[in-house]
Amino acid sequence: MGERVDGPRGALAPGRVWRLVSYGVPLAFLGLFFVYPLEEILRRGLGPGGGLGTDGSRSALDVLTDPVTRDVLWFTIWQATASTALTIAVALPAAYVLGRYDFPGRNVTRALVTVPFVLPTVVVALAFLAILPARIDRGWVAILIAHAFFNVAVVVRVVGTFWASLDPRVSDAAATLGAGPWQRLREVTFPLLAPALSAAAAIVFLFSFTSFGIVLVLGGPSYSTLETEIYNQAVRIFDLRAAAVLSLVQLACVAAAVWVTTRLETRLAVRGQIRPERDVVRKPRTPAEKALVVGSLGGLTLFLGLPLVVLVERSLAVGGGHSFDAYRALTRPTSALLATPWEAVVNSLVYASVATAIAVSVGGLAAFAVAGSDRRARGSRFLDGFLMLPLGASAVMLGFGFIIAFDRSPIDFRAAPWIVPVVQALVAIPFVVRIVAPTLRSIDLRQREAAATLGATPGQVRREIDLPVVGRAVAVAAGFAFAISLGEFGATVFLARPDRPTLPVAIYRFLGRPGELNAAEAYALAVVLMAVTALSIFVVERVRVRRAGWL
Amino acid sequence: MNPRSALAGAAVALALAIAASGCGSGGTPQDVVLVTHDSFVIPKAERKAFQDETGLKLRVLQSGDAGQALTTALLTAGNPQGDVFFGVDDNLLSRALAGNLFDPYRPAALAHVDPRYAGDPKHRVTPIDHSEVCVDYDRMWLAKHGIEPPRSLDDLADPRYRGLLVVENPATSTPGLAFLLATIARYGDPGWKSYWTKLRANRVLVVDGWEEAYDARFSGGSAHGKYPIVVSYSTDPAAAVYFAGKALDASPVAVLRDSCFRQTEYAGVLRGTHNANGARKLVDFLLSERFQAGMPLTMFVLPTREGVPLPAVFTRFDPTIAHPLELTPARIGANRDRWVSEWTDLVVR
Repeated sequence: MGERVDGPRGALAPGRVWRLVSYGVPLAFLGLFFVYPLEEILRRGLGPGGGLGTDGSRSALDVLTDPVTRDVLWFTIWQATASTALTIAVALPAAYVLGRYDFPGRNVTRALVTVPFVLPTVVVALAFLAILPARIDRGWVAILIAHAFFNVAVVVRVVGTFWASLDPRVSDAAATLGAGPWQRLREVTFPLLAPALSAAAAIVFLFSFTSFGIVLVLGGPSYSTLETEIYNQAVRIFDLRAAAVLSLVQLACVAAAVWVTTRLETRLAVRGQIRPERDVVRKPRTPAEKALVVGSLGGLTLFLGLPLVVLVERSLAVGGGHSFDAYRALTRPTSALLATPWEAVVNSLVYASVATAIAVSVGGLAAFAVAGSDRRARGSRFLDGFLMLPLGASAVMLGFGFIIAFDRSPIDFRAAPWIVPVVQALVAIPFVVRIVAPTLRSIDLRQREAAATLGATPGQVRREIDLPVVGRAVAVAAGFAFAISLGEFGATVFLARPDRPTLPVAIYRFLGRPGELNAAEAYALAVVLMAVTALSIFVVERVRVRRAGWL
Repeated sequence: MNPRSALAGAAVALALAIAASGCGSGGTPQDVVLVTHDSFVIPKAERKAFQDETGLKLRVLQSGDAGQALTTALLTAGNPQGDVFFGVDDNLLSRALAGNLFDPYRPAALAHVDPRYAGDPKHRVTPIDHSEVCVDYDRMWLAKHGIEPPRSLDDLADPRYRGLLVVENPATSTPGLAFLLATIARYGDPGWKSYWTKLRANRVLVVDGWEEAYDARFSGGSAHGKYPIVVSYSTDPAAAVYFAGKALDASPVAVLRDSCFRQTEYAGVLRGTHNANGARKLVDFLLSERFQAGMPLTMFVLPTREGVPLPAVFTRFDPTIAHPLELTPARIGANRDRWVSEWTDLVVR
């Protein structure tokens, strides 16, 4: 069993330049593209007149003491907590199977699991309406189920990837020493898994906490989260001050949640034996193992597949029958967009590639900074938590912030199409850090020390020991970053230029127009988005497998 | 010419060239920027026509739905993102005017627009299009179930139509708000409350937005939902045929003509524009016959300009409502928030 982590690590003790870069770049990036625009919009909202020049802004105290605020806050917190628990419960069996067994279609499964994660929430919510029994198609049950649907990918991939790198011999040894399956799970596997589990839980919690489209549609008019209420205040009631106050409340909650989970991760982290995946996973042998693989993946497939099948069916339903008319229409110019729908596919791919490159560079550096220094060091913990904040910030407020913060040269969002991938990278960076850092932390200290003893420089240790193990995690993170960029809508809608719409933006345009063909085109684009996501993740995974071959 | 004067001549020419290019970018900008919401559409051909007529390149900046676009404009009031804003309707007009968004401009073509569309006597905004938010129903569904189509707003409170009506939340949706205003225009304030109490007892379904109401809940929409009566637009019968994906003789959707509420959508020259001249030309263009005639099929709205021919599908399934329900923008502005919050307490809580 691993040892508790403490003390700085000799081999990774960073050179000053490396330390400066690995802390400085992420901090500067977040400072410029997150803190600055958010600060601008909050300052406007909290300033005199409530920022919009219209009357009707309430005082901050009025907003905070409003019973509606209290109700909304309470609902936001408990539904996010419950959604997280449900998501983990649903995802864990599949994470285990993917982390332990090799079977035909394993990579395909991993790619497919991620598909729901990128779909526009309103499209999925509409699909859910078609499936859920009328009794529960609105209200908190529907919200929790939909949150689990979206976020299963986070747990399966983050935890599953980590699981696949845990040396199974530890658990085998415990078995030899007489530990039963439950005891092994409780005393060996979960402690080893805890960092990845809490990292995934933190992300799922934040996503559910800031949920918007799902709550609006599946909650019905009597449910709201802080995020929907912020939107409501800023965009419907034009009370920017109330929106700003609620944004601060939301940020405070998010910061608290992040603080708790980073602490938890530090406490829980146990150093185990990390091994390349190919040494860990094996084919299921006994009938029981085979049944486990088939059962847990089959259940998940049903849960994730049903809404997706509905989307496919809707994309084919045109003119009373079924046909590919909507797909054919995608290649033609449409009055719904200033581009043909297919161009949106290309735009999305370009934006997502750039966003992934940014997220992997910035997030990768941050992961080294976070994992490389003494984990109890304040700086490392601060950076770790700080990078999570964009996940919990209100997309609409961030969008407004960008518009007022970057409205003149040198950064004018109107003349800078790269601002779109930058925004998308903001949301993707925490994933990169969360996926890469735990793996990096778990690298056996003795390997590094041995390398250092044999004369390796810190740079060589990073290259020869850290990178090979981390390469896999980076690839998973890149796949995720790509998927997140493909699906981002909340802030992109403000910044994407009309002649360069992304797929989610195009989907919403079609959905907002009457007539069967428009609806079918919206769903057809959603299916294209699904295909593009699955395919790109699959490609990333292939690259990874090949690389891992010589590592 | 001696070398010296040649050099001087070259220097003067260079200086003139620099000055000219300076003027070129600062004095007469080549671009005019339209700030608007997601639903705005302009076909390529018309953008080109604008450029040919005025020598100006039209750029479009869209920032989300109507509410997001207006909030963005209010945030940048006085230092605008573009030159013209399009897409503020009567419900939001009081906000836009209170936020001092616009400079007055009175286009000559306003002579062709019925004065009842004018939203602001000071001409800070120009009416560009209107649409009627109406109760629509699925003719086939009602016929199949042997139910007479509703003929009035009163009918919707009748037990015959129990559990058949889906409406949008006025707090989150534009057509939802328009329908609430329609009931206020019809039954007065506070008479609308007893009407809504009856609708609630009649199991009206309230949903977040038009997409859910029409695409997912309405039986005549793409998902063939369970509700045959929906709050939507008077243009839907035409759109249902135009976008059916096949030829249809009759529209599956019909309009309850007694229920319609008029929404007018305005454009205005943004205060602080660096291209006031271009901005005015753009407002003129939005009111031109050419652009007005294209709007019905691109945005499913109706022209405010008189004498503009409607597309064939719109003459077959006529979306014009002669006497829609209306409230003045001033009255809406003064009461909107109170009405919405009273409605929320009454119907949702």
